[in-house]
Amino acid sequence: MRVVESWVEAPLAEFLRESSARLVLVMTSAGQVVAQHGFSRTLDVMSAAALGAGIMASTSELARTMGQGSLGPVAHQGRTQGVFLAPFQMPRGNWIALVVYGRETTVGLVQLFVMRLADQLRAAVPAAAPTAPLLAERFEDELNASLRTLFGR
Amino acid sequence: MSTFDFALEGLTRVPGVESAMVVSAEDGLVVGEASMGGVDTAAVAALSASLHARIGEMAAAAGRQPPLVAHLEASQGGLLIVPAGEGLLLVAVAHSDANLGLLRLALRAASERLA
Repeated sequence: MRVVESWVEAPLAEFLRESSARLVLVMTSAGQVVAQHGFSRTLDVMSAAALGAGIMASTSELARTMGQGSLGPVAHQGRTQGVFLAPFQMPRGNWIALVVYGRETTVGLVQLFVMRLADQLRAAVPAAAPTAPLLAERFEDELNASLRTLFGR
Repeated sequence: MSTFDFALEGLTRVPGVESAMVVSAEDGLVVGEASMGGVDTAAVAALSASLHARIGEMAAAAGRQPPLVAHLEASQGGLLIVPAGEGLLLVAVAHSDANLGLLRLALRAASERLA
């Protein structure tokens, strides 16, 4: 497991222990990765974050078109693996959990523990967490710093 | 009234039953529910499906057939899980004063209705 912010580590470790998830990505709604587990390549995590954020953005737009405030999680079930994408509110904006799970668990359990993860993250977020907006000129530096943290390179 | 509603009504009619649900065994998701409130049915469904799968593995390891009933007894009540047809489970959450014998009969009848 790799986390950009240390306070994310304990809730994510508990989620992994309880849910038996194979891959996990926690990111902002803009696709900025906060934590990952199970990904071994930088490209994979960047693709997954971009695609996951894109799916949630499309879903939100669909909800808006339907006159709904928001839609809940999205689950895609494959033959041996499934993908669960869930948006959740954090003090600093919306975050997304992307979870890949196998037959050793169920979508119901993943859903249950993602909701608990969201609760625990909200409880763990430091009061004085940095709230500076991500400026365009700092974006590449911040992205590279995050990737170094997430992959230890 | 759907088959699920009909089956669940038979369970909630038993005095002391707090909540009853039809659960997808493979997904752990609620398929149908009848709750008096106060029970997180999504959480109970997910954990019941997981528990039932583990008990099935345990029975297989012991050379036994899959369980017909799983009964968890707690200080303030209990929880019963019964397989109900292809890939479904019936789950009932009961207070400690519930008539568990009657509930087991109702679960069996509901299970046969759904099979």
